[in-house]
Amino acid sequence: MRAPTRRTFLAAGAGALAVLAVPGGFRAVAAADASADPDLARLTTWLRVGSDGTVEVFTGKVEIGMGTITGLAQIVAEELDVPLTAIRMTTGDTATTPDQGGVGGSTSTQLGARPLRHAAAEARRVLVAAAARRLGIPSERLDVDDGVVHDRDDVARSVPYGALVTALASAPALAVSGEAFGLDVTGTAKPKDPAAYRIVGKPVARLDVAPKVFGTFRYVVDVKLPGMLHGRVVRPPAVGARPLAIDQEPLRAHGDARLVRVGDLLAVVASGEWDAVAGARDLRVRWSAPSATFPPQGALPEAMWAMPASSRDHVVARGDVVAASADAQIIEASYAWPFQSHATMGPGCAVADVRAGGVTIWCGAQKPHALREGIADLLDVPPSRVRVVFAEDAGSYGRAGFDDAAADAALLSRAVGKPVRVQWMRADMTAWGPKAPAIVGRLRGALRDGKIAALDLTIRAFNGGEISSHPDSAGNFLGGQLAGHANTKPRIEYAVYGKNSGAYEITALHALAELVAPLAPSISPLRTTHLRDPEGPGTTFIIESFIDELAARAQADPVAFRIAHLRDPRAIGVLRKAAEAAHWTPRPAAQNATHAGTVRGRGVAFATRGETMVATIAEVALDVANGKVRVTRLVCAHDCGAIVNPRSLRGTIEANLMQSMSRALYEEVRFEGGAVTSRDWATYPVVRTPDLPERVDVVLVEHHDIPPYGAGEPSSRPTAAAIGNAIYDAAGVRVRTAPFTSANVRAALSA
Amino acid sequence: MLESPVSLSLTVDGRERVLSVDPRTPLLYVLRGELGLANPRFGCGLAQCGACTVQVDGEPVRSCTLPASQAAGKSVTTLAGLGTPEHPHPVQRAFLEEQAMQCGYCVNGWIMTGAALVDREPHPSPQRVREACAGLVCRCGAQLAMMRAIERAAE
Repeated sequence: MRAPTRRTFLAAGAGALAVLAVPGGFRAVAAADASADPDLARLTTWLRVGSDGTVEVFTGKVEIGMGTITGLAQIVAEELDVPLTAIRMTTGDTATTPDQGGVGGSTSTQLGARPLRHAAAEARRVLVAAAARRLGIPSERLDVDDGVVHDRDDVARSVPYGALVTALASAPALAVSGEAFGLDVTGTAKPKDPAAYRIVGKPVARLDVAPKVFGTFRYVVDVKLPGMLHGRVVRPPAVGARPLAIDQEPLRAHGDARLVRVGDLLAVVASGEWDAVAGARDLRVRWSAPSATFPPQGALPEAMWAMPASSRDHVVARGDVVAASADAQIIEASYAWPFQSHATMGPGCAVADVRAGGVTIWCGAQKPHALREGIADLLDVPPSRVRVVFAEDAGSYGRAGFDDAAADAALLSRAVGKPVRVQWMRADMTAWGPKAPAIVGRLRGALRDGKIAALDLTIRAFNGGEISSHPDSAGNFLGGQLAGHANTKPRIEYAVYGKNSGAYEITALHALAELVAPLAPSISPLRTTHLRDPEGPGTTFIIESFIDELAARAQADPVAFRIAHLRDPRAIGVLRKAAEAAHWTPRPAAQNATHAGTVRGRGVAFATRGETMVATIAEVALDVANGKVRVTRLVCAHDCGAIVNPRSLRGTIEANLMQSMSRALYEEVRFEGGAVTSRDWATYPVVRTPDLPERVDVVLVEHHDIPPYGAGEPSSRPTAAAIGNAIYDAAGVRVRTAPFTSANVRAALSA
Repeated sequence: MLESPVSLSLTVDGRERVLSVDPRTPLLYVLRGELGLANPRFGCGLAQCGACTVQVDGEPVRSCTLPASQAAGKSVTTLAGLGTPEHPHPVQRAFLEEQAMQCGYCVNGWIMTGAALVDREPHPSPQRVREACAGLVCRCGAQLAMMRAIERAAE
């Protein structure tokens, strides 16, 4: 049997004893001390070489389940000419890694890799120069293989990197530019020509997969500190409900379980985990009435249209829509996309150790540096007294709520004076975690001569930034709100045609984006934030379904119709590649639509996200009697420029297709009165193995002459529209309300 | 009501263990808390997702809802006891070959369930693999890769 989670603990100054998660286990780290942030201009801030030739890399980027950190390791190994096995990645620790803004927006490989690539190239230059001095051979005559610098003509005249380690400490200062996602450093060395790549572009195994398969990997849930207590939160039954009376008698049955209250944040803390769980379950609380009543579930779209717009953005006003629509064929439609839940595989978990000397937080949230600011604000201490250490949690697809668990843990640790590990129960995550915003759209299109003459659309959404993806203030956290902090730093974030969908060559276009106010101002289970490709899947569902309506009315083939309204060769390329792989034969949709038995159809959708282009084709089987939709096949053509690791990229896209298919078919947060009633996997169903497609094809379209663009999110964008368009092709009926549950499909069939 | 701790004997990953626990405590908390075993992970506490799966006498079981007392006298296997890099279970080897995961938080349940299936039925059909895994959740969407891995292990 393997050793348990703890390794050695080292006493560190006046602060806590602490451990750091690394693949395979933990190692001790110093607790938070008032210390300066890493000096970004120092080469050794980014990477260090050990005397054994290992290369330790420091990055503010983190692994959230897509293989990103392996890709960054490949890039460093490539520039340094060391084997991938020599690389050790230290990620997302505010005390030791640069602030690169955490991860998000599918930018980690496109942008986040740049300073590492440049630092590694510079390190190679410095090491080779040191070797030149040592060997008495000019740098130009030296080459590097597997971390050994040698004479190009005489490999015996050599010195390994491990013998040159002091050279990096005295390297010239790097030039620093940008910040957060855009942070970059450059030295005088030029990175390699991609044509010379030997490690980048290869299908290497992810660094974290073997430890996870053999059970030696340790997640944040496995962090243990001496004297650590377990905490479980007790959430209100509904929005804004406040505890009026608490009966603690049931806690007597559960060891040393005790109630901790910070404002209206209630929790049970115990030295045994099960005592905390059972205590929180059994605590009896009388709550006030909810602070708000949500609209009836089915009336949400109407309610959103009836609300005043809280803000509005004239996104595009191109050409004269009114004139272009005159004597054209007019098509109008409305669409609705529901609230969706992060429902992370592991509910939120974090460990906090709050001491007078400093605060240390272990958490799997995506933006450790922003979380440091937020925890500092919550505890009213300077950020320099807070250290956030990233430890991987379950897959995180945005601001998932792990940050909220960190706030809970921080407040509880401060209250009890001991380290506290908080893990949420399933309902704390699914019902009370932050949500992706509901989105509705109204569209009016004008067709003339088989082409789009004009398009006029309004997309309304709840604010995707109500809870900022940067958890940098006390009111950002649910626990902070329960403790009395207002959410003072929302960001305005719309659902935007073109930015959150594909965009077409349309000469007369009027696209408006509007927000509506939150259904409740605080302590709401329907507070909204980022969930993978924040407004993309919903906005693209609306746009790409409507484009399909226009194609159908024009009696055009849906692939050809899209290509006729596109100019970018990469956009046209992914549509052609997807059609080719799916053996798509051109014809207008719904030609063979019937209404009996199980009907089959195919649909296509296209989207861009940043510079990445995606086209997805779905094939469905629809049981008309019960409205049940089964996706039988998906084909996704994906163009993200250059490819760092085709093996992990393929895995990420395939998984993203399944996750976005799940969102399209099943996922809808249900609510009643002031409560969210989607609390677990029964009431918030997701895809299960019997419903997987029979076949999924991922077609990677690669370009060696352009950089690697983002790939974590774009393929989630077209899936829902492709499925909805396939349903239309099968049955001749347009389902304009997502998800495509039996109920929504039956309603459309009988309309 | 406070239940007195009882003595519980069981075998975990091949080692005899004698513990003093409240018999109603779910096995998950005994394995993680008392024995420091990390791989059965909490996912839902409702036996809906399978992240906490262990094998009890070779059968996949949800440790988040199984009272520890029901494991008395039985043999419990966790992921760490299933195989090692030197001696992997065929399902573990196949998960490596397929790189069958995204975050891997749920992977314990899929490997333990898949291994129990393959040990019992050496050549299950793809359909049978999907049925056997119907009770598992993967939020990241890695199910297709995990199905390929279990099918590969069964070849």
